[in-house]
Amino acid sequence: MLDILNSFIVELRQAGLPISMTEHIDAAAAMSHVDMTQRSQFKDALRATLVKSEDHAAAFDIAFEVYFADRSIEGIDDLDDALETDAQGDTAPEGESGLRGPGNAKGTGGGGGMSAEELKDLLEQAIRANDSELRAQVAAAAVSRFAGMEPGRPVGGTYYLYRTLRNLELDELLERLVEEQRATGPMTSLQERLARDELGARIEGMKEAIEAEIRRRLVEDRGAEALARSVRKPLPEDIDVMHATRDEINTLERALRPLSRKLAVRLTRKRRHGRRGPLDFRQTVRRSLSTGGVPIDPRYRHPRPAKPEIVVIADISGSVASFARFTLHLVYAISSQFSKVRSFVFVDGIDEVTHYFEESDDPAEAVHRINTEANVVWIDGHSDYGHAFKAFDERWGDEINSRTSVLILGDARNNYHASEAWVIADLQARARHVYWLNPEPSSYWGSGDSIVGEYARHCDRVVEVRTLRQLEQFVGELA
Amino acid sequence: MTSNDEWRFEGPDQVATALRSVDYLPSHEIASTVFLADRLAKPVLVEGPAGTGKTQLAKSVAELTGARLIRLQCYEGLDESKALYEWNYRKQLLRIQAGQGGDQQSQDWAELEEDIFDEDFLLTRPLLEAIRATDPVVLLIDEVDRVELETEALMLEILSEYQVSIPELGTVTANQVPMVFLTSNNTRELSEALKRRCLFLHVGYPDVERERLIVETRVPGISAALAEQIAQIVRTLRGMDLKKVPSVSETIDWAKTLVILGKDSISEEDAVATLHILLKYQSDIDKATGELTGTRR
Repeated sequence: MLDILNSFIVELRQAGLPISMTEHIDAAAAMSHVDMTQRSQFKDALRATLVKSEDHAAAFDIAFEVYFADRSIEGIDDLDDALETDAQGDTAPEGESGLRGPGNAKGTGGGGGMSAEELKDLLEQAIRANDSELRAQVAAAAVSRFAGMEPGRPVGGTYYLYRTLRNLELDELLERLVEEQRATGPMTSLQERLARDELGARIEGMKEAIEAEIRRRLVEDRGAEALARSVRKPLPEDIDVMHATRDEINTLERALRPLSRKLAVRLTRKRRHGRRGPLDFRQTVRRSLSTGGVPIDPRYRHPRPAKPEIVVIADISGSVASFARFTLHLVYAISSQFSKVRSFVFVDGIDEVTHYFEESDDPAEAVHRINTEANVVWIDGHSDYGHAFKAFDERWGDEINSRTSVLILGDARNNYHASEAWVIADLQARARHVYWLNPEPSSYWGSGDSIVGEYARHCDRVVEVRTLRQLEQFVGELA
Repeated sequence: MTSNDEWRFEGPDQVATALRSVDYLPSHEIASTVFLADRLAKPVLVEGPAGTGKTQLAKSVAELTGARLIRLQCYEGLDESKALYEWNYRKQLLRIQAGQGGDQQSQDWAELEEDIFDEDFLLTRPLLEAIRATDPVVLLIDEVDRVELETEALMLEILSEYQVSIPELGTVTANQVPMVFLTSNNTRELSEALKRRCLFLHVGYPDVERERLIVETRVPGISAALAEQIAQIVRTLRGMDLKKVPSVSETIDWAKTLVILGKDSISEEDAVATLHILLKYQSDIDKATGELTGTRR
């Protein structure tokens, strides 16, 4: 048991969770107190001792599902053996619990006897009844029937999931069920909305059951360690923003709000608890009254360092759009840390977007409006840094002064247009700092049409910002 | 320190039942973690959005174990003298003056010093009080994320060894291991050292089923159908992209309001008219009204 706990923890560390020796020992100690035959108890115990941040919970859940797949109770003890032996058909007990409907969910071979129509009927029944047991059985049958799993293929199961879901047509089912409820009598839109959300949640549960089923079979096929490698997902703060999938972008959006809030709190404190200021005479005398007029406890004024002015110039062409979005969002979320924030976006033309943020108190909404409304296309809608910078200099160049820090966001892939790097040199001469944030890995800089090197000569710093972690760090240093 | 008969709970299921008996409906994670906290003699760090019952958990555990709740409310600028202990220097000064004035001139300084650094001159603050208590206590360190990183270090000794070192007195060790709960709203990252010493429990928003049960438990006289509807509407609201989604405590307030208004079911007009109990921003209320009534703007 300790061996398997050990390899489980190694996997968690691989996934990026910081697990110390103490926590490992705690987990082992917890094992002797919980009832190991109860899977959920066992899982809770491991989670409470090993996972110390909600952001890491998703990674833990995946690893747990892989390492301690839902199988027989005694199975946990001899999971080691099970990992060695090849999966031979069905070892899971849930298939044996019997299926009320037609067909049989046993193992990979089962369920094939059921026609697609029968399976869909059963699925509808499961969703209507909201019965978790039936749901698991339907999931098993659906995977057998539609996923077409091939033993030994080194995949993470996303493809199998996609195939199964496509055949089940869950969205259609949702519409049909809502329609059906509507037919039973007139509904207010509130009722309709509630019914839709309820069914949506059940269907979501179905998807999860199918995903779990696929994962379970993959573990049987290839063993936990091999599978864990292919399903491992980066933690939200380590996702590469430029190459994020749509799911990952959603994860990032969710991570961004608490992140910016934390950053704001930290910066406010940093500002307040900096150095001591000069002696506060009045407060010191007031304090000395309790010690008979002897000033034992001197008080100081807090210094108020000047807040910097920020100008953000962001490339929002397709390749780096999401990166610009996150950066703008973060900068505005902590805009109270700056005396003034102005923002400009460009593709080959440039436009000021500060007012979008001023009109709306939600940065996410403002960012959305920028993408639809800002006037950033000059000729063809391909990035032209040179022209954008020149236009910026003509229209707003005078407003850059020695209090301003300029942030330029972009990959500097200029489609072989002229760089006009003199504008940046000019800006640097007037501004307090010029920083360039590049979402590409530094090893790609200067390859192909990337001309970040030409601009870099005139910037105070060029920073590689590929993940939220790096972004947070940079913005934190800035304020 | 812990032997079999000193354990407070027999198993997670028993914890769950006991918590239910004091009107707290735990999820299985909550029950298991409370159980383990007792068995492993470790503090529990409870994290989650505001209004999901983090503080209430500590109160309920205190209630069901018949223990006294000692609460330390954290805030920025909290220091040793507010959290741990402080020498009562006014009393010490008086003691010195009293010594000088009387016939006790012969009493030498060493003796006096011994005397004024005695427990009589110590003002105990919540953390030390929890350690010195002889009756069963539950220590609640509320909103620990509000103190500065440096102040966190004050708590480390207590959390891992259940003792406090006072330079002038020596080390005060706990007579018994108290149950300790720390709550955090996650406004900043807590230090690794603190997290390592605690079990971690995330209390999120409950699912519809649990929320319905919570409403039924907390709001006497509510009909099952209304509770169900409330739970469903709240889930829908939490699914929207709002600035602040309704918390469990706001759900309960809302349920109470509806009961007082004598509603058996919620019509669209009722929902819109009372939405301000659930949502605290005007922009959120506008958005939710639009989506619930189907008049999306």
